[in-house]
Amino acid sequence: MEFSDHIKTANVEDVVLRQPLHPPSRGTVCITGHHLLFSDREEGSSRQVLLLLRNIDAIEKRISGSSGTITIKCKDLRVLHLDIPGMEQCLNIAHSIETLSCLDSVSEMYPFFYRPPDLSLHNQWGLSSPEKHYSQIKELHDKWRLSTVNSDYSLCPSYPPAVIVPKSTDDDLLKKVAKFRQGGRFPVLCYYHRKNGMVIMRSSQPLTGANRKRCREDEHLLQAMIDGSDKGYIIDTRSSQQAQQARMTGGGFESKSSYSHWKRLHRQMERGKALQESLIKLVEACGDESHNMDRWLSKLENSKWLSHVQTALSTAGLLAECVERDGHSVLVHGSEGTDSTLLISTLAQLIMDPCCRTLEGFLALLEREWVQAGHPFQQRCAHSAYSHARLQQESPVFLLMLDCVWQVWRQFPLALGFSEALLLRLANEVYASNYGTFLCNSHQERCALGVTENTHCLFQALLRPMERDYYSNPLYEPTELAIWPSVHPQSLQLWRGFFLRWTEHTRQLEEAQEEIRNMVIEWGKLALSDALSMNT
Amino acid sequence: MEHIRLPKVENVRLLDKVSPRRSRVGTFYLTATHSIFVEDVAGVRNETWVLHSLVCSVEKQSATASGCPLIIHCKNFQVHHFVIPLERECHDVHLSLLRLSQPESYEELYCFSYKPNVNDEEKRQEWDFLDLKADYSRMGLPNSLWKLSPINQHYKVSDTYPADLFVPESASPPVIVGSSKFRSRGRFPTLSYYSKENHAAICRSSQPLSGFSARCLEDEQMLEAILRSNPRSDFMYVVDTRPKLNAIANRAAGKGYENEDNYSNIKFQFIGIENIHVMRNSQQKMLEVCELRSPSMSNFLEGLESSGWLKHIKAVLDAGIFIAKAVAEEGVSVLVHCSDGWDRTAQVCSVACVLLDPYYRTLRGLMVLIEKDWVSFGHKFTHRCNHQVGDPKEVSPIIDQFLECVWQLMEQFPCAFEFNERFLITIHSHIYSCQYGNFIGNNQRERIELGLRERTHSLWSYLWTNQADYINPLYRPNHSQTQGLLRPSTAPYCFKFWRGLYNRFDRGMHPRQSVEDYLSAIQEETQQLEEQLASHKQKIAQLEKEQGWRSVTQKAATFDKSPTAWVRGNDLALANTPQDYTGGFITSSPCQPKAPDSSLILLPKDLNQSSETSLSNGSDQESGIADLSCRSPLSEDSPRDPDSDEAAYSAA
Repeated sequence: MEFSDHIKTANVEDVVLRQPLHPPSRGTVCITGHHLLFSDREEGSSRQVLLLLRNIDAIEKRISGSSGTITIKCKDLRVLHLDIPGMEQCLNIAHSIETLSCLDSVSEMYPFFYRPPDLSLHNQWGLSSPEKHYSQIKELHDKWRLSTVNSDYSLCPSYPPAVIVPKSTDDDLLKKVAKFRQGGRFPVLCYYHRKNGMVIMRSSQPLTGANRKRCREDEHLLQAMIDGSDKGYIIDTRSSQQAQQARMTGGGFESKSSYSHWKRLHRQMERGKALQESLIKLVEACGDESHNMDRWLSKLENSKWLSHVQTALSTAGLLAECVERDGHSVLVHGSEGTDSTLLISTLAQLIMDPCCRTLEGFLALLEREWVQAGHPFQQRCAHSAYSHARLQQESPVFLLMLDCVWQVWRQFPLALGFSEALLLRLANEVYASNYGTFLCNSHQERCALGVTENTHCLFQALLRPMERDYYSNPLYEPTELAIWPSVHPQSLQLWRGFFLRWTEHTRQLEEAQEEIRNMVIEWGKLALSDALSMNT
Repeated sequence: MEHIRLPKVENVRLLDKVSPRRSRVGTFYLTATHSIFVEDVAGVRNETWVLHSLVCSVEKQSATASGCPLIIHCKNFQVHHFVIPLERECHDVHLSLLRLSQPESYEELYCFSYKPNVNDEEKRQEWDFLDLKADYSRMGLPNSLWKLSPINQHYKVSDTYPADLFVPESASPPVIVGSSKFRSRGRFPTLSYYSKENHAAICRSSQPLSGFSARCLEDEQMLEAILRSNPRSDFMYVVDTRPKLNAIANRAAGKGYENEDNYSNIKFQFIGIENIHVMRNSQQKMLEVCELRSPSMSNFLEGLESSGWLKHIKAVLDAGIFIAKAVAEEGVSVLVHCSDGWDRTAQVCSVACVLLDPYYRTLRGLMVLIEKDWVSFGHKFTHRCNHQVGDPKEVSPIIDQFLECVWQLMEQFPCAFEFNERFLITIHSHIYSCQYGNFIGNNQRERIELGLRERTHSLWSYLWTNQADYINPLYRPNHSQTQGLLRPSTAPYCFKFWRGLYNRFDRGMHPRQSVEDYLSAIQEETQQLEEQLASHKQKIAQLEKEQGWRSVTQKAATFDKSPTAWVRGNDLALANTPQDYTGGFITSSPCQPKAPDSSLILLPKDLNQSSETSLSNGSDQESGIADLSCRSPLSEDSPRDPDSDEAAYSAA
């Protein structure tokens, strides 16, 4: 089907656009296969608004008389209104938006068409690979190996072709372990702590089921992981009750009797639908215009979003504490191992590892722990907070991770090499993007569709000189120390930059960030010219 | 001193709030002005000082096997949790502290015994530092519309008003006196702020004694005079900051509010700020939430909501905005009152001034504003701040709310204020500490009688001398945020909980790195570099002149990216330790890291002594220990300064 089949009216003139932070303007609306374009026709100004249709979460249309108004609610939480003359035109535009904004076919999405002049498809795609990651950590090579047992994705469809596993486990053993873990996600290494040689591994839940099945190979793999140490921790991102219940549906947990050297810690983290509903409630609360303080605080509380932030940070803190301070290796999993597991392993690495706090390091971390590790982006980010569509697999886990990183940045404003602007950009890109990075649900799917050959890589694009400048934290002061976030309710805040982004309020805060950047640049210039003049 | 029943108790434990199992053992000393806890660790001088005038309540709990708990709540929101071995000792300490923290006469207040090393001449200059007349002439007064009236020179017309008052040019003494007789406590309408751009003024008074039907011709003439001194406007607002119901209830007591029919061309408006009792209870509830030990997010937000505190802050700010807009945008004068005109009226007038006039957003400006709208107009500091034993129903955090409104505005406009949060917190501390004479007494007349100028020191000049500590590095006098009227948003989501004040001493809750300190360091260094560069250029020019230019091979210029004035990492090394993520599962004392490099950062010299605690939550720094080798921004002249916890703050 061609895009044009969905476009009955491509152009409408004399449309009034109303959007936050701008006065209303009159101009022409144009619908293409992937974009909504508004161009201002006022004399002397040539303002354009180019909106990726994929960014549109929901639309509402209201017809009155011969004209209509379309309200467009975007996944980046912006709300726009278009006043369109002509009822038929209005309905046509609305229909086109509705259809084109949620096309299912990945290869029809914009990243496959986006061809900016300054990027070439031959550029390197992505920042790293499991192979490169392995080769970079020399300390690993004694006891850990790179296995290509999943090169045809037969063991685990959501894993990349290469993974890091203990040297003493052969591929045959891995095949058996994969059968014992949900979705084949057998335990693999995701982080090596150089300070004490401890590691973080992640997996999905073991399929012990109601009759407490055991798997010797799984037990062996875990034993190999803590080889030479007295014990390891398993952080299960479900409550122990939830883990017990999972046995009824074939899942389960590592029992003390079979895994005697492991201590299980349960932390109940919200996931799936509940998390999505939390986001919806929070966004709804932020849009409340009643100006009533009690109502706001009660809605904020009721959304539970900040509670989820608190739980995520404190579970990540626990994980990091096990590794860094208690000096033990940890296996992390929940049920599927594709959501909360990745969330806390990412945050724990940010807490412990200075390499993950640079701009490149952070992007590489996201690439490893989310893109390569098989977070199902397409399912999780199909819709955001405004959609009226029935919820399916949507869940804002990635957004929650970004929020937690923002909280860390607030508490350690000098310790991260990247800025809030990067987090905001990522929060947009994950829902609607020109780039292929967040397409599909797994490495396998991306390969099948030729994503790396036919789209550009967001992470590479973010590291171009201009972007790098913009997304760097001007105050960055690298520190080797772990950065332990406070999880007191008093220490956590609503991420205003994201949730209230389209308000005047946020604009003043952005001005302050601009001011900070200017100060540092000014000082840097002086220091440089001073150094130069000293040398002459 | 006769009130000290037991000057010294040994083997006292000071508990850590975050993890009570972690405590320090030491000796507890009682002096006339402070309680001092000295930790028993060889070679380490860790002391915790508690200023008695800052003590808000002392609670002795029932004895347990480990001793008798004594909990001291301070007015700066610090809480000390001691355990005293013997109940008898605890009893004595408790009684002594109760007495010492509740002076029965002014003479006992700390400001009369606080003697920094300044001579009489310097002391006089201290008090001359702020001059309210200068502020009125900055506003352009007196002029043809407003005059300085001598009518209250001996506090005869209103004993709670200042001696110098501005009134409309046309207001004759009989009108003023007549009007004052028709107002509670004689607080007749007088000028608080005048906008020289458009002649609109903010005036303040107490409520009229109108009852159900009383009128007063002079009072009506007084308002008429105020209206006439704004020639471009044909009406004025009268703002009653109380909820309508409260105002109506006052009518039964012969007080009340202005009847629009009796006054020509006024627009009457209720604003609905609650009274001092509601505010006191609200803050109390909020503080209970702040003190919860590891509350969940829901506990905290629910508690914050049910305290109503932010709702009240919003109400005060809303009222300020209403007045500021009337003056700046409509050019209309406003008369503000509540009941007595010294609580809500002070809040609302001063908030409006901060919004209206960039001057009040400067360091000196805010001091002037507090001196004008609060101190001189008779906000009852002694009663509201409970400086000495008195009616607990008179105590109320009215000034706290003003400072918080300013803080909320600073959060919304980070470039618009010359001062920083530390400035507000320091002012707050000293409003309650009684260390300086500024906030002693309930009105100007009392202060003169007490001879405070002669016998005590002034906070303002202290703050001014130490202004480097209080400058907001982001402040730009020419920034667009800084100009003219501030237009804050009052959407509820713009209001934040003020952690920096109410959980000030819970260091673990605060950001571990300060952008502000970093920027200040940069700013300082930028200035130095500019000077250096200028002198280099001069030298080069000289060289060129003397020997002609010789080409010099240029080395690659490099510079260390950190400003040298910035002490790197000290806060991280000390205060940055894991939180209670575990819920107590790792019960063993924290393992030493296997590799020593996690504590590699060199400790700054003055914090070395507590380095052994760097792995145990940096608790010394957290609980506000007076680290005597640290420079104390609060009081350099007194080596034994109770508030030098500030030092830890500034070192961070």
